[in-house]
Amino acid sequence: MKTIRVVHYLNQFFGQLGGEEMANLPPRIVDGPVGFGVTLKGASGGRVEIVRTVICGDNYAAENTEELAKEVLRWVSEISPDLFLAGPAFGAGRYGIAAGTLCKEVRGKLGIPAVTAMHPVNPGASIAGPEVFVIEAKDTAQDLKRVLPLMVSIGTRLVDGLPIGSPGGEGYLPRGVRVNVRASERGSARAVQMLLKKLAGEPFETELPMPTYDRVLPAAPVRNLAKATIAIGTEGGIVPRGNPDRIEAHNASKWCRYDIASLDGLEKGDYEVAHGGYDPVPANDDPDRVLPLDAARALEREGRFRKLHDWYPVTVGNVTAVRSAERYGRQMGEALAAEGVEGVILTST
Amino acid sequence: MKEFILRKVKVHKVAFGKYTEVKNGCLTIEAATLTEVLLEDRQMKSVDIRIAAPGDSVRIVPVKDVIEPRARLSEEESPFPGIFSDPHVAGEGITVSLDGVCVVTTGKMVNFQEGVIDMSGPGAEFSTFSRKNNVVLVIEPVAGLSKHEHERVVRMAGLRAAAFLGRAGIPSEWEKELRIPGADLPDLYSMDPSLPRVLYVCQVIAQGLLHDNYIYGLNAQGCLPLLMTPGEVLDGAIVSGNCAAPCHKHTTFHHQNNPIVEDLLKEHGKTLNFLGVLVTPVKTALVEKVRICTQAFKMARMLGAQGVIISEDGGGNPENDLMLLDRLLEGAGIKTVLVTDEYAGSDGASPGLADSTPEADAVVTNGNGNQRVILPPMDTVIGWPESIDRITGGHAGSLSPDGSVDMEIAGIMGSTNELGLENLTTVAM
Repeated sequence: MKTIRVVHYLNQFFGQLGGEEMANLPPRIVDGPVGFGVTLKGASGGRVEIVRTVICGDNYAAENTEELAKEVLRWVSEISPDLFLAGPAFGAGRYGIAAGTLCKEVRGKLGIPAVTAMHPVNPGASIAGPEVFVIEAKDTAQDLKRVLPLMVSIGTRLVDGLPIGSPGGEGYLPRGVRVNVRASERGSARAVQMLLKKLAGEPFETELPMPTYDRVLPAAPVRNLAKATIAIGTEGGIVPRGNPDRIEAHNASKWCRYDIASLDGLEKGDYEVAHGGYDPVPANDDPDRVLPLDAARALEREGRFRKLHDWYPVTVGNVTAVRSAERYGRQMGEALAAEGVEGVILTST
Repeated sequence: MKEFILRKVKVHKVAFGKYTEVKNGCLTIEAATLTEVLLEDRQMKSVDIRIAAPGDSVRIVPVKDVIEPRARLSEEESPFPGIFSDPHVAGEGITVSLDGVCVVTTGKMVNFQEGVIDMSGPGAEFSTFSRKNNVVLVIEPVAGLSKHEHERVVRMAGLRAAAFLGRAGIPSEWEKELRIPGADLPDLYSMDPSLPRVLYVCQVIAQGLLHDNYIYGLNAQGCLPLLMTPGEVLDGAIVSGNCAAPCHKHTTFHHQNNPIVEDLLKEHGKTLNFLGVLVTPVKTALVEKVRICTQAFKMARMLGAQGVIISEDGGGNPENDLMLLDRLLEGAGIKTVLVTDEYAGSDGASPGLADSTPEADAVVTNGNGNQRVILPPMDTVIGWPESIDRITGGHAGSLSPDGSVDMEIAGIMGSTNELGLENLTTVAM
């Protein structure tokens, strides 16, 4: 098996450049392992080799996280390693934030597997995101010997494409990722057993803890509606005939924009429903009932607002993953705001 | 109520033959008569009857409904009361089922919601229907029908075929019987008071084309919650017109074999007292959700339920009904368990439900419908393979030129069934 080439991130202390007095040190690289990194090759039976070490002072990293990330991405992509390791950061907050951020960036932007380790309450653990494995560590460096082999074990399997087990068994922090598995009993039997335990006051474990959602603060009101450009948009899948961009009926992979500058309303046959989650017959009959172009034009003529925007954004919000929906919403908002739109009427089905 | 007996005639094989009959575990179908029966519907132009057995290299798509063949021992009665007969009360007397056989309806797409059944390969691991001997009806309606009429033609054809084939089981030997003693409320309330009284709330979606269910033939859009005996649910009182999001919408088969009803019956009189099933429509508008959930809550209190299981039908807006009713029940001290599935994204990292409530501390999940799966090419495709690019769970390019399919398990019939018929679930990683 080929050797796995690793870039390793350390703070100034584990990088053997000094203590707190060196915390303002800007990032630098050493080609090869530093500190306990030297032991990794032997401990992994020669499988893992640190080819570059990045060392940065904790204060510098905390105060210049963006610059540090840019620099590290450059240094990493330069030698395209197989794996990125950071820390362990244990209970050290500034170190943890840097480790979590860098792992997320390297994994997200370069597609290189990334593993770090820290105490569960270290803020870096939640920064790392669902694509990074964070090994659960105690809050002091005494835990180094236990944690290091766990990092290497998961890291090598990520590189080799081998399966990784549950958080408890493997020692990593749950990443908020849900994976399909087979239970020993069918769902209905599990439900009956769960209810019996709940009725008896015995401990039971829910299979799906309630999700937490981001809160979106309502925007401030449009200051002067009569002078504002207003857009209409929808997640109800109103698209031109034949769904030219083939927005999926379910879990849409995209959002699209279509020109309505010359239209007073959406004619039956010219526009149709691409959404798979509701009865499309009434809206195919009159697409204005989901995307109210006719009503918006009437209000525009009355001068209730200055102008209706020339295009509308549309996607299909039918069991679409929340992460995709967030991204489409942000992109639509940015595109409309960039063209001076001050308000949007977004219809939902 | 009288005792209900569901007599299960085990069928291992299906073939075409001279007569429609069951002999030694083999169902033979005389296709000409079945075709004639189906074409009695003047809106049916043609039907092609096909057979697909477990292990066959066969893909069926787009599937609309799946129905277990059934017959009532009494000739005047229908296995789907209120559809082809007077709406007599189901769940009393004797019903015969062909255990191991399903009628599967297919034909050109009505909309986007029909699904896939693979009879072998990795797709077959996700669905009970892959382990059945399927009698597939490839239906072509007459030209010029509206979508609603097209859906009705296909739905009725499936039920008609299931009732026709079910009669073949009447003279046959049966392998086992499910017996549900007739129990009226006085009987239930005179049971051992130490057994907790449990009510089952079964959501049935009622939202229009391909999102409807029928209770004794009445579209559930016009219904408030209706109390049924366990036997009624298992005896064809609910018919599905619903095949939206194939992974998690209940087919007629799912109602006829509701596993929550079956598993509560197993515990009835031993660890709990099963009061009955509250069949509860799910509509789209908030005022409808409040009206229906407050009525279901009222019924649970009137009946003195101490524990409730609520199963979801569909995903997204029905989760609002699920959470609203959970909150009401838990607020009154009624212990509640929810049965659902998730859409957590193909990476499993998105919140998998559209609504939540802190009171929902006991949830069974039947899997993440967004999981990607590669289905290899099959020797035979019954139906219209190109519809895969457009159905729920598919995307443009899902169907490769070699016939293999890259899609989400959301498109596989019943893969994350929210009555818990399968054993898929998720764990946090």
